[in-house]
Amino acid sequence: MSSPNPYTTVMERAALALHLPRRRRVANRRVLLASFVIAVVALVAIVVAGRVVFDAATATDFSQKNLAPSPAHLFGTDWMGRDMFLRTVAGLSTSVLVGLLAASVSAVVALVLASIAALGGKRADAVVTWLVDLFMGIPHIVLLILVSYALGKGFWGVTIAVAVTHWPSLTRVLRAEILQCRESSFVAHARKFGVSSARIALTHMVPYVFPQFLVGLILLFPHAIMHEAAITFLGFGLSRDVPAIGVILSESMSYLSAGMWWLAVFPGIALILTVMLFDVAGSSLRRLIDPHSSQE
Amino acid sequence: MLLLLAVSIIVFALVSLSPIDPVQANVGQSAYLNMSPEKRAALAEYWGSNVPLWERYFNWISAFLQGDMGTSLRYNAPVAQVIATRAANTLLLMLVAWVVSGVLGFALGVVAAMKRGSWVDKLVKGYCFVLAATPAFWIGLVFLIVFAVWLGWFPVGFSVPIGKSAADVTIVDALHHLVLPALTLSVVGVANIAMHTREKAIDVMESDYIRFARARGLTPWQALRAHGLRNLLLPAITLQFASISEIFGGSVLVEQVFSYPGLGQAAVTAGLGSDVALLAAIAVFSAALVFVGNLIANILYGVVDPRIRKGEGSHV
Repeated sequence: MSSPNPYTTVMERAALALHLPRRRRVANRRVLLASFVIAVVALVAIVVAGRVVFDAATATDFSQKNLAPSPAHLFGTDWMGRDMFLRTVAGLSTSVLVGLLAASVSAVVALVLASIAALGGKRADAVVTWLVDLFMGIPHIVLLILVSYALGKGFWGVTIAVAVTHWPSLTRVLRAEILQCRESSFVAHARKFGVSSARIALTHMVPYVFPQFLVGLILLFPHAIMHEAAITFLGFGLSRDVPAIGVILSESMSYLSAGMWWLAVFPGIALILTVMLFDVAGSSLRRLIDPHSSQE
Repeated sequence: MLLLLAVSIIVFALVSLSPIDPVQANVGQSAYLNMSPEKRAALAEYWGSNVPLWERYFNWISAFLQGDMGTSLRYNAPVAQVIATRAANTLLLMLVAWVVSGVLGFALGVVAAMKRGSWVDKLVKGYCFVLAATPAFWIGLVFLIVFAVWLGWFPVGFSVPIGKSAADVTIVDALHHLVLPALTLSVVGVANIAMHTREKAIDVMESDYIRFARARGLTPWQALRAHGLRNLLLPAITLQFASISEIFGGSVLVEQVFSYPGLGQAAVTAGLGSDVALLAAIAVFSAALVFVGNLIANILYGVVDPRIRKGEGSHV
């Protein structure tokens, strides 16, 4: 088989050879910054909107129950006549807040453990690495079930469970970062010049590790939010009357065979979009502060 | 092994820490209130609520290692038996999803890399990006709506037809009930392996040995088949072994959506119903599964990359 590859047409080869830009490019950093800002603003808007409509989201209206989506009720209504759009928005804001708390706690735990591992000597490193392996050895969902069961389920059970189980992967990343920084020649030079450890930490380590920490923190959100939804969906989490995506989706299960597809489809899509917003925010921030990829 | 032992300690500590009183949770509120104090004490004795934690742990783990995992309250049967019947369902589901997602993900990754920048590549990348943000159980719900409710191609749940005695269940019935859960799990599992393979394949295609093969006149696909595939395949397989934890986690959710009687569903039932013995046993079982997967992945790393074999004990 020797059909010509469409990617090596004469024009393309010429373009490659002459380094002709194939397309006009917009200033990349500006695009990244804009997408970061837009994503963050959108997330804040979700939280605010969710808080504002919180009461309306739980209002029942039995004359309006089981309605398919229409201009009056964008996402339709459920068996108690609650507007699914409002419930979804309120649920998303709960998700984002739980995610915020969980991601922050996990990121701090990760930073502390990673610092201990990277700077505390061989023993400490072995212990932390082993802890990470240990926690990664239990499937995450099972661990969430166990922790939320240990805490007696409910809102705090889930929030704490999500908060205390998301550190292992970030710990690994940060540990590697700190180690790399410690071994770098600029730190070695500083040490030879007699700079104190505290000063090295402050002027070299922190600027080196902090961006990674921040990006890691943002990229923890999607996991935290999806796990919160999942564990709530399974029935361990938020109580039935709180608007939450997990609650909405697990309720919808009883009505799917009756053909009420909108109960599951729209809240799910809304959740996906929210999670993707965090992804956009995290990865654009990473590319902004990481010199290797910021010019790509 | 030490790791698994530590897992068992954590699991036991967690289920024991729970403020949910197993006595109260399992005899029911009214029965508990009407019970004589002696009876309550006897039950507490039976449940070991007044024995110190570590002593209970040693009793539990020594019995556990001898194969006595206790009795499941929810299923009213020995835990070992519950796990045995359900593990078969779950392992079948996971195996199908593992193979399908691996093969499909690998193929998509390779194609995307070979057609880098084209609409195929963009499609695959977009698919993986969206999927990474999608909870497995929601995909299950959507499949349920489309294939079971609208099209009616597949049953809404369970692993065998309702109202059929176990002897009459054919393998076709079982497979028919397996399709949707397995499909859901596979679709979710594809993203990871596809993206990884794509990155790797792009690296390989830009390598010197592929350039040399191309210079000898091989087409990109020929060069890939002759020199690239093996370099791509083994890391992909190791990655797939290392992702068993995620597949198990996904199967917990998917089993719940499809009422598929596997370990995941049992774990949820046990957790919600305070069936401590069953919950702990399933947790340990799942950890053992992940452990075996990681072990195989680690061994394969060595097989694939001799450099890792030499620098033993180093962390990747």
